[in-house]
Amino acid sequence: MCLAVPGKIIEIYEKQELKMAKMDFSGVTREACIEHVPEAKVGDYAIIHVGFAISLLSEEEAQESIDLLREIVEAGELEGDESA
Amino acid sequence: MKYLTEYRNAELVHGVIEKIKDITTQHWTLMEICGGQTHSIIKNGLDQLLPSEIELVHGPGCPVCVTPLELIDKALAIAAKPDVIFTSYGDMLRVPGSQADLFSVRAQGGDVRVVYSPLDAVKLAQENPEKEVVFFAIGFETTAPANVMSVLHAHQLGIDNFSILVSHVRVPQAIEAILSSPHNRVQGFLAAGHVCAVMGYWEYIPLAEKYNIPMTITGFEPLDIVQGILTTVESLEAGTHDVNNAYIRAVTEKGNQSAQAVINKVFEECDRKWRGIGLIPGSGWRLKHAYSKYDAEKRFQVETIQAEESPLCISGLVLQGLKKPDQCEAFGTICTPENPLGATMVSDEGACAAYYRYRTQTPDSREIGS
Amino acid sequence: MTKKTPTIESPICAIPRKHSDKIVQGHGSGGKMMADLIKDVFYPPLANAALLAGDDAGVVEISEGVHLAISTDAHVVSPLFFPGGDIGKLSVCGTVNDVAMVGAKPLYLSASFILEEGLDISILEKVVNSMKEAADEADVQIICGDTKVVAHGEADGLYISTTGVGLLEPGLTIGGSQAKPGDQVIVSGSLGDHGIAVLEARGDLGFETKLESDIAPLNHLIRAMLSVSNEIHVLRDPTRGGAASALNEIANQSQVGILLNEGSIPVKPAVAAACEMLGFDPLYIANEGKLIAVVGPEDAPRILDVMRKTKYGKEAVVIGQIEESPPGRLLLKTGLGSTRIVDLLAGEMLPRIC
Repeated sequence: MCLAVPGKIIEIYEKQELKMAKMDFSGVTREACIEHVPEAKVGDYAIIHVGFAISLLSEEEAQESIDLLREIVEAGELEGDESA
Repeated sequence: MKYLTEYRNAELVHGVIEKIKDITTQHWTLMEICGGQTHSIIKNGLDQLLPSEIELVHGPGCPVCVTPLELIDKALAIAAKPDVIFTSYGDMLRVPGSQADLFSVRAQGGDVRVVYSPLDAVKLAQENPEKEVVFFAIGFETTAPANVMSVLHAHQLGIDNFSILVSHVRVPQAIEAILSSPHNRVQGFLAAGHVCAVMGYWEYIPLAEKYNIPMTITGFEPLDIVQGILTTVESLEAGTHDVNNAYIRAVTEKGNQSAQAVINKVFEECDRKWRGIGLIPGSGWRLKHAYSKYDAEKRFQVETIQAEESPLCISGLVLQGLKKPDQCEAFGTICTPENPLGATMVSDEGACAAYYRYRTQTPDSREIGS
Repeated sequence: MTKKTPTIESPICAIPRKHSDKIVQGHGSGGKMMADLIKDVFYPPLANAALLAGDDAGVVEISEGVHLAISTDAHVVSPLFFPGGDIGKLSVCGTVNDVAMVGAKPLYLSASFILEEGLDISILEKVVNSMKEAADEADVQIICGDTKVVAHGEADGLYISTTGVGLLEPGLTIGGSQAKPGDQVIVSGSLGDHGIAVLEARGDLGFETKLESDIAPLNHLIRAMLSVSNEIHVLRDPTRGGAASALNEIANQSQVGILLNEGSIPVKPAVAAACEMLGFDPLYIANEGKLIAVVGPEDAPRILDVMRKTKYGKEAVVIGQIEESPPGRLLLKTGLGSTRIVDLLAGEMLPRIC
């Protein structure tokens, strides 16, 4: 249900009364409709599904996730060392 | 690729799997709802790397797989009409109806085109005013905002030669149907991250409460999936039934309210048949009366065709997680991706196709294709 | 069979749909449907040793010690012109490469044109000039041809069919059945460029890249490789169906297992990104200027060295190795250390939403 890819907004414009954006997916560009992420600005990242942005990606939360997992992994390794 | 490669970090993935191993004290059966998650699990061999006590079963999260047979037959009937340009997402073309599929209709001269986005179908309608353009609007909640916007956009531009054939299905009702079945084995759910990006996860809290089942909103990359599994197993080991969000970079509890507003404007709830499973009450969406002129079923007055079913295919059991694809006697022998018995083998994200495509040969797994 | 009503406790399913009565798109995709079509419809009446060998070119001994290689290919690409090439360049390079893949020196081509009524002659001139340029680079000559015109609406503008002939170097045995356990699998450069560039040029899916097709004649590259090693066992150009299809064929012909290393497979970021967006796998996307070589392990470093000094082999790299088993299977070791099967494409590759 959910093949959606993160892309960077590089341009915002209106086309036939719809709010649209030009998205950059690491070297591939495509237009997407950003009606449902009205707060989006150029430079933001959004998740695009069938040509529509369904959510903006939060950089802080993305980093928070990775940091949290890294802590869990490192704590696990420490425990492993201690019990070895 | 930003927001993708970080979530494929092998070191972190293995680290989280170690943590899962550390905390798991008994067998747990988890279900991932979304076909995209199934695909990611099998493609990355995550189920091989997890401790054997964690069993992953695959849910009915493939809108292609669960589109009812009658609706496929209606699509085929419409697509075969001479002045119709029938547009669809790519993976629907292979799904078998009672007698044929969209590929066959194309072989017979039907104008069947793949589009990436429903807005492309609206554009085709603008460019071909003498034709009727029909869009096969399938999907779960993730795809609903896009499908609905095609109608609103056509309406705004005064385009009359555009209609949609709707087959929308909803996740919470499917979860309830699975959990309320007496054969249910699922003890924890990995909820579909992108469905929740649109709808939020407030609908899952009462379900988790009612059935005492923990649910974790999970993304799609390997790290997201193992994080989802870790969080769910933590709940299970603690005996709680929390709803946790492990996809915080994209999902909030309330979801995308702008998207939900347009869905509610154009769609209303209805009963929906799920292929291989049957009717799940309230599990679908259909166009509201105000938008009925965009309803292809009404516009083309296609008659319902009676479906003939093969008793061999266990797609339905696979879709509910009651059986694994390789437990089906037809798997890899008479049912293969190019000769599918059922939708789970046809669709690239169907569990059977994922199993067939990516399964490895381990000493105890069956020889595929023999 | 009595009709049953599906319920959540006893679900039921649809009858099979095998496309055995009419041709559908999938029959041309280079995957299993096409392989089955060839096996079921073409082979039985036409069978002979050269045909059944199943390599890129048919090889026959025409007189004592003299082996002729012949290959034919039809080009139906749409659009006719795309970044990095056109149907003309493709029609020459495609056939030159097929002849070269059995170790033969391509010498002469024939070219047959099916022209759609209404085609601009200036387009045809451009295509023919492009063919001349490609033939010059490949050092071959087009020595005969044919022209037919079909009604407006047929032929997508222009179809070209080319047949190439070449002479095999004496003593060479290169073919799909020659892979041996322990051999290394080399690819000459990044995968998926052509398929994605053409998909983009078609415009149906609305995306843009700066990608170009990789169309190139590979006979000089192959000559360079053959000059430093006689342990080159298989050469194949991974066209329609991609590297996965070519490697599956080799695994099947040689009855060996092939294990690829995911981390070693070269894919340009734009190709990877387009594949992410559409749900494609670069291993299944067509290439028109790349080759796969299966070579003896001791010679691999030397072969790589010489490849990297040529125009079309600069990014050559080892991507896997041949194993005893499982016979006929292509496997991939993922970046996470798990192993999975890489199967033949079933039919057409379709963008997915899920």
